[in-house]
Amino acid sequence: MGGVLNVLTLVLSFLIFFPILWMILTSFKTEADAVAFPPAILFVPTFDNWFNAVQNSPYVDHLVNTLIITFAATLAAVALGFIAAYGLAFYGGKRANGTLMWMMGTRMLPPVGVIVPLYAIFKALGIFDTHFGLILLYTAINLPLVIWMLRSFMLDLPYETMEASRIDGASISQELGLVVLPLTLPGLMATMLLCFIFTWNEFFLAFNLTVTRAAPLSVYIASFKTSEGLFWAKMSAAATLTIAPVILAGWVAQNQLVRGLTAGAIK
Amino acid sequence: MSANTLDSLDAAYVQPKKRADMRNWLARPAILYLIVITQAPLILSLYYSTLSWNLLRPDRTTAAGIGNYLHFFQDSDTPAIVLNSVVFSLFVVGLSLVFGMALALLLNRQFRLRGLARTLAITPFLVMPTVSAVLWKDMLFNPEFGLISSTLAALGGPRIDFLNDFPMPALVAIVTWQWTPFMMMILLAGLQSLSQESIEASQIDGANLFQQFHRIVLPHLTRYIEIGVLLELLFVLNIFGEIFVTTTGGPGIATTTLTFNIFQEAFTRWNLGRASAYGVFAVIFANILTLVFIRVIRGNTQGEAR
Repeated sequence: MGGVLNVLTLVLSFLIFFPILWMILTSFKTEADAVAFPPAILFVPTFDNWFNAVQNSPYVDHLVNTLIITFAATLAAVALGFIAAYGLAFYGGKRANGTLMWMMGTRMLPPVGVIVPLYAIFKALGIFDTHFGLILLYTAINLPLVIWMLRSFMLDLPYETMEASRIDGASISQELGLVVLPLTLPGLMATMLLCFIFTWNEFFLAFNLTVTRAAPLSVYIASFKTSEGLFWAKMSAAATLTIAPVILAGWVAQNQLVRGLTAGAIK
Repeated sequence: MSANTLDSLDAAYVQPKKRADMRNWLARPAILYLIVITQAPLILSLYYSTLSWNLLRPDRTTAAGIGNYLHFFQDSDTPAIVLNSVVFSLFVVGLSLVFGMALALLLNRQFRLRGLARTLAITPFLVMPTVSAVLWKDMLFNPEFGLISSTLAALGGPRIDFLNDFPMPALVAIVTWQWTPFMMMILLAGLQSLSQESIEASQIDGANLFQQFHRIVLPHLTRYIEIGVLLELLFVLNIFGEIFVTTTGGPGIATTTLTFNIFQEAFTRWNLGRASAYGVFAVIFANILTLVFIRVIRGNTQGEAR
């Protein structure tokens, strides 16, 4: 019984993963093999698609956009959020809970409900189709997550350690930098990975608030929507390259994913 | 005791209070930032929603009062679009709850390669939504070359153009594939917090597997299910990229949800006033769901010692 269930679990997991594996395999096929049926199981892998996907295409430009936007929005959210999380963890008083719930609410705001004013504001301020515009928004989307996550990690810290540093005369910045930061570093890294995943994958705001200059990879990939079986291998290579960093980050942070997804409501 | 020691004692006593005042300010920059970025557009949205404002005729922008809101109830497409949203979100959430529960139960047992199985099973959730959409639309569902369509045809079945012939079920299938891992992870966290003793006690009392699940596992999971369902509902209602890439809301309006309709109203038909009004509906609805969610997790933190 147990053995059968173990095999069943593995088979199901493999089936769930299969479409992704299929895409990765396709990226190593020739374009003719990519659309062949019955599918070529044994084939000579080619790396041509990978070179084609990156060279002679705007891939690298969009990758650079994604990297700039993702890293800037993650770092900005962590910088603002780390300090705020500390304040709300230990000094917010009774209002802290209400503040946290409100922050949570801002994260649940449907982007489609504010897309028109964002579009108008971005046009008026000249930040339409810029990295800066998207970084502003993604920082705000990441911020509640960062605060919820880091606060829940800080509440797990031994309070005596922080108290001791204070009695020794540490300033706020010393306490945060020398005591709280090192102790919460693993949690901080997991939080950053989650921000990285969500920001990297975001499409709706990026699609409506950029054209070409600042468009990230999610927008570039969507432009493949009309390709009718001509460039599947090249498309697969570009897509595989695009999802690889996030999948690796997710695998590394998988034990923290639940805490992040439920905003710390479940550990 | 010298005066010096007294002074330092005094300082140690006063200092924390003074600092506490300062520390109350630590969250202010983040709060201010969130107000400016998220609440200001919301207020502007309320204003825009009262305008008859089409970017194709910018010179004819006039006040519309509640006309845009009324139009929502008068438009003949509205019932179909609302129904699409309900069907889409309920099926995705319901199916991913069933599959997620099954997977979580399977993965909650100790065996070799369990870590590998879990890692593989969560991966769809990590894949960029537009990549998932392109992958399913072209490589799996394409009627000529797609793996699923071709396999079905090779087995003697009809050649099905899933996204054209069965647009809503096909879309639900794609999004369920993406979101099942989410539900699985939350339920697995719930299962792992269930004490083994209560299961063993029920076994001693002679409970069979179904009774164990029904009487012990399910009640324990209730809050996890509530949190998972509400959060997934909030996220799934916002889904845009998958619809845009696979069906663009079609054929006709067969896969046009409220979210997708607002996008089209704004950036295809350039009816910015009307799109803002519909957006206000979306915000109100999301806020109701969020309030329910907050009540659930409030109950959690109060009912359970942290």
